[in-house]
Amino acid sequence: MVDVNMGFMTELMGKSWEVSQVKTVEELERIRKQAQAMTRLREGGETTKIVVGMGTCGIAAGARETLSAIMDELARRNIQDVIVTQTGCIGLCEQEPIITVVMPGTEKVAYGKVSMEKARKIVASHVVNGQVVGEWVIPTG
Amino acid sequence: MRELSLHILDIAQNSIEAGAANIEIVISEDESSDVLTILIADDGRGIPAEILESIADPFVTSRKTRRVGLGIPLFREAARMAGGDLKIRSRVGEGTEITADFRLSSIDRAPLGDMAETMALLIVCNPDVNFKYQHTRGHAKFVCSTNTLVEILGDIPIGSPSAVPVIRSVIREGLKDVQVS
Repeated sequence: MVDVNMGFMTELMGKSWEVSQVKTVEELERIRKQAQAMTRLREGGETTKIVVGMGTCGIAAGARETLSAIMDELARRNIQDVIVTQTGCIGLCEQEPIITVVMPGTEKVAYGKVSMEKARKIVASHVVNGQVVGEWVIPTG
Repeated sequence: MRELSLHILDIAQNSIEAGAANIEIVISEDESSDVLTILIADDGRGIPAEILESIADPFVTSRKTRRVGLGIPLFREAARMAGGDLKIRSRVGEGTEITADFRLSSIDRAPLGDMAETMALLIVCNPDVNFKYQHTRGHAKFVCSTNTLVEILGDIPIGSPSAVPVIRSVIREGLKDVQVS
């Protein structure tokens, strides 16, 4: 995994480390803790989840840009406790890109034809403030 | 799909759904032979031989919601349009390897598109999967993986939204170094 031409990265990040070098115990421990924290976050039922349709139909309709916009909006607002996951085709291809917001204690809400702009608005309104954006909601089976 | 990087994102989703722990994406551009090759390999559950025979048929899919699968047929079409083809090798319990090749100079070849975006999203949204991305152009080579990016990210967890811009810029800079436009 580590036959890496990393000169540029080392320069870019202003760090000096040898890729071939064995990781220190502290480093490994830090990576392990990060991974554990993420796993807890992802498994916990108490966090808000945003599910993006990333089947062929979703991607062809622009789901990559939708997902980018969601990640960017979450990062910009420094929201760390929302999980973003992907799903495949749910049989509503004509409505893609579709995103579903699942908040603890409420019904899940699906939005259709979610552009980058709509995605940002849904994060701000629904995920942050708990206000469903009614006009973009689509019925799911 | 307008970009090959979107096909790659689509095919990699299959690998994720197949439960892969490792996904390798290898792109090579060779101007001397005028060939662009894209390889996506995983260690997921693999495709049974009887399905493999008909997998490029759009009316065959493992999905239950709809009886057509378009990801591989579309990618194969994109390759054939540009004077190439697509091959699949798979073994149950071992993994799947998809290779598509294209004539680099073909005017019907879709642009590669934004590989940095495709990889950044794949890596951040699937922190449990170890991705490796290698891109060669002639003799120049760029490689990165989930492991090397974890190092670069330092205190930012690999699955955090804040990791996306960092990974995106690492890959953009790296691809610039191998002169991928």
